[in-house]
Amino acid sequence: MKRVFTAIPYLWLLGLFLVPFLIVLKISLSDAAIAIPPYMPTLDLSEGWAGLTSFLSELDMENFVFLTEDDLYWKAYLSSLKIAVLSTLLTLAVGLPIAYGMARAPEDWRPTLMMLVILPFWTSFLIRVYAWMGILSNEGLLNQLLISIGLISDPLVILNTNTAVYIGIVYTYLPFMILPIYASLERMDPSLLEAAEDLGCSRLTAFWIVTLPLARPGVIAGCFLVFIPAMGEFVIPSLLGGSSTLMIGKVLWEEFFSNRDWPVAGAVAIILLLILIVPIVLFQRQQAKAEAGH
Amino acid sequence: MSAEFAPWDEPDAVPLIKVENVTKRFGSFTAIDHIDIDIFPREFFALLGPSGCGKTTLMRMLAGFETPSEGRITIGGDDMAGVAPNKRPVNMMFQSYALFPHLSLWDNIAFGLKREGMEKDKIAARVEEMLKLVQLGKFAKRKPHQISGGQRQRVALARSLAKAPKLLLLDEPLGALDKKLRQETQFELMDIQERTGTTFVIVTHDQEEAMTVASRVAVMDHGKLIQVDTPQKIYEEPNSVYVADFIGDVNLVEGRATAVGEAAEFVWGEGQPSLVGMPGGGVQADRAATFAIRPEKIAISRDEPEARNRVHGKIIDIGYLGNLSTYHVQLPTGAMLTCEVGNRSRVARRDFTWEDEVWLSWTETAGMVLPS
Ligand SMILES: Nc1ncnc2c1ncn2[C@@H]1O[C@H](COP(=O)(O)OP(=O)(O)OP(=O)(O)O)[C@@H](O)[C@H]1O
Ligand SMILES: [Mg+2]
Repeated sequence: MKRVFTAIPYLWLLGLFLVPFLIVLKISLSDAAIAIPPYMPTLDLSEGWAGLTSFLSELDMENFVFLTEDDLYWKAYLSSLKIAVLSTLLTLAVGLPIAYGMARAPEDWRPTLMMLVILPFWTSFLIRVYAWMGILSNEGLLNQLLISIGLISDPLVILNTNTAVYIGIVYTYLPFMILPIYASLERMDPSLLEAAEDLGCSRLTAFWIVTLPLARPGVIAGCFLVFIPAMGEFVIPSLLGGSSTLMIGKVLWEEFFSNRDWPVAGAVAIILLLILIVPIVLFQRQQAKAEAGH
Repeated sequence: MSAEFAPWDEPDAVPLIKVENVTKRFGSFTAIDHIDIDIFPREFFALLGPSGCGKTTLMRMLAGFETPSEGRITIGGDDMAGVAPNKRPVNMMFQSYALFPHLSLWDNIAFGLKREGMEKDKIAARVEEMLKLVQLGKFAKRKPHQISGGQRQRVALARSLAKAPKLLLLDEPLGALDKKLRQETQFELMDIQERTGTTFVIVTHDQEEAMTVASRVAVMDHGKLIQVDTPQKIYEEPNSVYVADFIGDVNLVEGRATAVGEAAEFVWGEGQPSLVGMPGGGVQADRAATFAIRPEKIAISRDEPEARNRVHGKIIDIGYLGNLSTYHVQLPTGAMLTCEVGNRSRVARRDFTWEDEVWLSWTETAGMVLPS
């Protein structure tokens, strides 16, 4: 019985991650074709062994080579990486103080504060992004406000720029940053800060050398939770970003739906996955090493 | 501790800590109730009292983590109102240890020294010295979660000692240690105290520990100071039934004080002879009083003794504790008295056994007559 339960996560990974991954991998190694599905070869099991070998022989890396030949792709990856890294840092800068404030709030307020952080999820993500379009556009709420209080005379152009994309990503993923940091801060024994003060730290130094290191696991988890989806983000750049906003999620969407080039789209997805997995694996290695070192 | 160390008796001695009429309230709850204490340099001052009586709260006010609701605390002559914990010449060992989980034992102990801006090799030397003191040299590289509870306690102790502060506050520093290590550490503490001249304020649940290490003991109850005195005085001349009962074992007999002078006379139980003891705690004649007598001060005999205080009764129970035996004797009034007799010879020949009729006696200065 116990075996069945321990097998569940593996079955889950196998069924919902590995199998789809293999399918995408196979598509990325195929050639585009005007057919249903729009690629070839397809595996024909009725021909037996010969069918399998001819199927395998027709797979190649052509699409991956193609990705390196066109500037568009590596520029899109690079620009996505830049936007994801920068917006992760921005989210951290906004989320850390909020999480800290929540963890320091009186105990009976905390569930309410937590509720408030999660509350936006109760409205559809799309509606919230459209709401930001309403806020950020030239005639939007933000510009109206700024003009009416006389801070600016001409509306700021925010919508359809990268700035709007950053705002959208920070806004959308903020709870994913706050919650893990809050969890690690809340677990912290407050007498540690008193001990630090007792030993000669000011409050500020105590924050840097005691609180922050103890919040590190939460900060790292939060950064991954923001960085990974931000890297492949598609909705936010297409709705809030402009024509100059280049993100790999958008490219992927266009390959898939506009060009109907599933194999190239597959290759784009596989490379994206590699870009995401490599740092995670490296990071975990280093973590394990650091642990073993003690 | 030299015999003549008694600054509290010298009129012109200057206290290191002055706690003046301090009260601490948490909402409507009074944790510390109008306390006055003077603690002198080089003292080993023990706070003793039941759980929740306010010992930690008092320490936290000295360290600067709580501000008094009323009253004033001065350390070394400086008013501590508004002085942050990191600006006080005080280090505290926390009851929960409060070791930094992300730092090794070595870095935990070095923490305060690094903040001081001490030179690297001096820090290293000091940390090694502290590690040796608490016998944890082998574990220097471990993190706090990789050592036992008692070891953690020793790290916390080492960390608070490392900066060699003027005043060291120890909140139950030895609670998690086994008896042997605890005694060793007690002597180590006294030794450190003597060598460095640090003033110690120590909280403990363990009265034996307070008696062993302290120059003076303060007994607290419900946020009030009941008695502040040398261990010997606390034991021999308690000022209240509460203190007598809290420190060590004691027989308590209810009755009335009849005459109070140099000695106090005490009547009780119908047909029982009166008793004589030392008056204490402002006991007054013709008021309800309690006679307090320690078990080891009572002698037991088969024949009627000469002593002024003597009662007759029957042995109900005998306890053998290795180095001594206790006899529980029931008096005709139904009252039970316990007496303790040292077992000097190993011979199992017992002078007395169950149901024996015996006399219990003690001298006129052995017991105390205290207000009920
Ligand atoms: N921050 C606080 N808020 C409200 N009440 C408190 C607070 N700190 C302490 N108290 C109360 O004050 C009283 C004294 O607490 P304190 O911690 O000083 O006891 P203690 O003598 O150290 O007990 P123990 O021996 O169990 O450690 C307790 O009744 C406690 O509940
Ligand atoms: Mg306490």
